[in-house]
Amino acid sequence: MKLKKVRQPKLPVAARFLLYPSIIALFVIGIFPLLFALWVSTRQYQLSRAYEPHTFLGIQNYITVLTSPEFWVALRITFTFLIIALPLQLLMGTLIAVYIYNLKSKSLSSFIRVILVLPIAVTPTITGLLGRLIFNSEFGIINYFLSFFGVAPVQWLADQRAAFIAIIFLDTWQWTPFVALVLIASLMVIPPQVLEAGRLDAGSGWNLFRYMQLPFLLPGFTALLILRTADILKMYDTVYAFSKGGPGVATELVSLYINRIGFGKTFDIGLGSAQAILLLIICITLSRTYIKIFYREIQV
Amino acid sequence: MKSDVKKRKKPRKLKVWEIIVGGGLATTIIFPIYWMIITGLRPQTETFSPTPKLLPTLTLEHYREVISEGTVLHGLWNSIVVATSSTVLALLFGVPAAYVLARWDFKRKSDLWFWIISNRFISPIVVVLPFFLIAINLQLVDTYLVMIIIYQTFAIPFVVWLSVDQFRAIPKEIDEAAAVDGASIIKTFLRIDLPLVLPSLSVSAILVFVSCWNELLFAQILTRSDAITGPVVALGYMSGYDIRWGPMMATSTLVVIPIILFTAALSRNLVKGLAMGAIK
Repeated sequence: MKLKKVRQPKLPVAARFLLYPSIIALFVIGIFPLLFALWVSTRQYQLSRAYEPHTFLGIQNYITVLTSPEFWVALRITFTFLIIALPLQLLMGTLIAVYIYNLKSKSLSSFIRVILVLPIAVTPTITGLLGRLIFNSEFGIINYFLSFFGVAPVQWLADQRAAFIAIIFLDTWQWTPFVALVLIASLMVIPPQVLEAGRLDAGSGWNLFRYMQLPFLLPGFTALLILRTADILKMYDTVYAFSKGGPGVATELVSLYINRIGFGKTFDIGLGSAQAILLLIICITLSRTYIKIFYREIQV
Repeated sequence: MKSDVKKRKKPRKLKVWEIIVGGGLATTIIFPIYWMIITGLRPQTETFSPTPKLLPTLTLEHYREVISEGTVLHGLWNSIVVATSSTVLALLFGVPAAYVLARWDFKRKSDLWFWIISNRFISPIVVVLPFFLIAINLQLVDTYLVMIIIYQTFAIPFVVWLSVDQFRAIPKEIDEAAAVDGASIIKTFLRIDLPLVLPSLSVSAILVFVSCWNELLFAQILTRSDAITGPVVALGYMSGYDIRWGPMMATSTLVVIPIILFTAALSRNLVKGLAMGAIK
């Protein structure tokens, strides 16, 4: 058999035939609209004033966005959400994963694992609507439950902090099980002999977890960190259905804010596009850094 | 020594705290879903009761109302059409590409791979703004076509991302043996590798289907009435001052239950697919 060229050989024609259609498709539906958005973002483009000419504004829209406090507020809310929700979900997910992993009873552990799949399947929009039902200030079950602990009825949708807590609760309810499932899968990879040997060396409890299980969990953590960050930065459905960003702008994540500017009363698509492109830049920078930092660590 | 003896005795005996934790966990997860289902099945007056009743007085009035109104069934049908066609299309595009990415090295492959992965980071609001303008100009707003096309922006990368690992799991030697026998690349792909990944592909297919089914933002902006999907219909109950909780939760149940049953039935394989996809 002939030796293949080691360095980046050319792709055979037939393989290109298999690869290119999706590249072209993604390019047409992914890159082309982005270029269009870039063009729109430099213009005066309000759908509510459809018959006005789309005058060229240069970077005026970008300056408007960057100097308007609203955009920064929306970003701050989004990142606050990320900084609270993500560690919470990772921590709880780890605890649940370790709990299930150490369960001696097979039937209980497989029962719980089936249960854990359920929230992932629930349509996020419905999670938001469901939130309105259970967090209702008059007849919601959450206030009823809290009343046993002497908590006065909370106005979940009228109080800014309460609304923020509620959306964190909803997202955590929906995604912590996913975190747990991914981490259980990582734990299952540990060969039993290794774990047995580890038990002799490291003992049990915290040490066993720290030195034997944590290293196996790291790839899972990395993947979850990347996936959940991406999902939270994109988050829209649950919050829109639950609070539409209110009260005021207390739960207005950046996607909701851009949506309000681009498709709300003013239909200012030019400004919305500028915001969208800035968001895209943030997302790409963040994902690059994430992947650079974490994937290197894993390979070493 | 002492601990050894203990360990031998312990197995298969559940501790009390384990049962409590497990029960609490299961209740927290199941209760909201249960509450949704019974709110759709009980008279509205009971929903408003200040002391919640755990067991409902059953009635089908909300379901009768929802079904006679027609929009809900229309929306669900649209969701089925859009999610199914989007999934099929994404598989047709994504699977061959994943095969190539799993099997060959070529120039700028890592850049290509990064581009495909980074699609997961792009907020849908970024995509939908230009899409909306283009759709207006082409008069494609409120059609299946525009929905299926815009869903490809996340469906194709998702398929590629999940399937590359599935192809990598097949030993390369199989391909090489086929090449020695004179099979072409395309023939090898269709006759040998594709049948081998088919079981795990069904997992990718379901995951893509679920993400299309659950999608809200694109559907909200690009549909009006003809192509309106399930989640948008459910959200419609939110407008107005008097929220009709019964019909809203009946609709929500109709949107969610098929997906829940679907995923619960296949949970074992799904978790494997999701988790392995995430880890690698």
